[in-house]
Amino acid sequence: MSAPAAPAARSTGARPAVSRRRPARADHAQRRAPWLLLAPFLVLFALTFVLPIVYAVGQSFTRVERQGLFGEDGITSRFAGLDNYERALGDPAFVDSIWRVLLFGVVQVPVMIVAVTILALLLESASAKWPAFFRAAYFAPYGIPGVIASILWSFLYLPGFSPIVAGLQALGFAPDFLGPQTVLWSIANIVTWSYAGYNMLIVIAQLKAIPGEVYEAAKVDGAGPFRLAWSVQLPLIRPALVLTTVFSIIGTLQLFAEPQVMRAVSPAIDVKYTPNFAAYSSAFSYNDYGVAAAQAVVIALAAFVLSFVFLRLVSRRDS
Amino acid sequence: MTAVRPEEDRLATIGAVQRTPQRGATRPPAARTIIVTAVLALVAVYFLVPVYWVVVAASKSTEDLFTTNGFWFAGFQLFENVGQVFAFDDGIFVRWFFNSLLYAGGGALVATYLAAAGGYALAVYDFKGRDLVFGLILGGVLVPGTATALPLFLMFSNLGLTDSYLGVLLPSFVSPFGFFLCRIFAGAVVPASLVESARLDGAGELRIFHTFGLRMMVPALVTVFLFQFVGIWNNYLLPLIMLADEQLYPITVGLVNWRAQTDRLPEFYELTTAGVLVSVVPLVVLMVVLQRFWRGGLTEGSVKG
Repeated sequence: MSAPAAPAARSTGARPAVSRRRPARADHAQRRAPWLLLAPFLVLFALTFVLPIVYAVGQSFTRVERQGLFGEDGITSRFAGLDNYERALGDPAFVDSIWRVLLFGVVQVPVMIVAVTILALLLESASAKWPAFFRAAYFAPYGIPGVIASILWSFLYLPGFSPIVAGLQALGFAPDFLGPQTVLWSIANIVTWSYAGYNMLIVIAQLKAIPGEVYEAAKVDGAGPFRLAWSVQLPLIRPALVLTTVFSIIGTLQLFAEPQVMRAVSPAIDVKYTPNFAAYSSAFSYNDYGVAAAQAVVIALAAFVLSFVFLRLVSRRDS
Repeated sequence: MTAVRPEEDRLATIGAVQRTPQRGATRPPAARTIIVTAVLALVAVYFLVPVYWVVVAASKSTEDLFTTNGFWFAGFQLFENVGQVFAFDDGIFVRWFFNSLLYAGGGALVATYLAAAGGYALAVYDFKGRDLVFGLILGGVLVPGTATALPLFLMFSNLGLTDSYLGVLLPSFVSPFGFFLCRIFAGAVVPASLVESARLDGAGELRIFHTFGLRMMVPALVTVFLFQFVGIWNNYLLPLIMLADEQLYPITVGLVNWRAQTDRLPEFYELTTAGVLVSVVPLVVLMVVLQRFWRGGLTEGSVKG
């Protein structure tokens, strides 16, 4: 099971009840205390998570009408039913953007997770020299914000500027990192570069939690390194792989900074290249908050459904 | 370096295991060590080359940027370029840097304290609605941050909070993931007997949290702080949406603005590359130095369950 689901089970193992006989005043203080401690978090959580979601859902069913040419005669909002959703999903560019990130996710997430797993296993194997150095090198890009990584890579993709493009051209290739067919995978490279090290650390953490006796037993059974990785380590690090996959799926649906920055160098990227980019453009380029809200709701629902389906698929294989 | 220690312990245990049963296969064959290390080194090149390129590019003049080999130094003027970054537009870059520090540092500090208090409350007290609260916040972990950014802007613009420090800080004060980690950690390290004996000594409930609870939760708090710090530092969409005034920008939004001007004004190439270098260095150093804490906390989150 994934980590987020685990503590629910844990919390049912309640702590030993506090002693029964005590003055009423102390009892009262103890009943109040958890809410006092929780209050600031809950208030801000309501303000920045619950209310915006409620507001977005409300907005997605609302149409704003401006009277007069520029709305100078007042603005009225009224219930619009599913109009905004119809308009959002009736826009082929938005639907295309959904398919685009799905294709991206189907390729990039497995490639990254497999690569990360292999790297983690190699780093934790007895055959690796200087594991601490390599681990640090792989993790370093996580400290670079996605937009800055995108600026950096957009320079490295740019013909006439990038030494990588120049080098490949000198070798007789004609690389085109920014064309309509390739730019999606250039973005996939930026995302992988940014997050692989972070995911690798999660997998390594779980590898380190495997008790020494397990390795001992495998050794006694005469398992070689491949056998050890396949039948002992992989099954034991499954929770970490599930966790990283779910977070990667959510991340894929949120893609925004990378395409927004890459648009400056690639004409193949339009303002509706990813669902999130489309929602941003609806709100700020077209001032169409109703459709933007509907798009945001669709993205959040998709993230939720995909994560849920994935968790179900994984847990079915368990039983 | 302390980060290496547990690794060595583990290798030592495996070594010991290997030594006892069969004497033959104690060490991996040299050929395998060479191949594995070569693969790891190749991957390291992939991760480090862009960083190396920025260092080289940031040390060049605009002219050399376009005319000389991008992977080698030419006419080294790194310090002039960095000086220019700091001086440009009355030091706007320095201001962005401190804004980022304020958003990330202040946001993460408050977020850590609030998550600690809430997580502690759920772990130590048994009360009605506890599971409901936990379930609600757990749902928050799965909500994409960008899904809330847009409606947050619309809400905050009604409240007059957009284009202010608070517009970015308020959402940064909340970390459902941090809450989750604190809840698990407090459940594991704060003993009920200690809370009870502190009560018998007459300590108030809040006082017990502040004197004992917080101190025992320090390892988890460091992790929560780091996660939130990097999360806010790396955030782009929220400040982009919330802020119009250049003076309030964090480094991410500011640098993208510079990047966008390179098309018309080539000298911005130089400013942008040197600016990227200056902004990347502190965080990469922080990442590498604090690696140990990341691992500790991640283990807490992903393995404990």
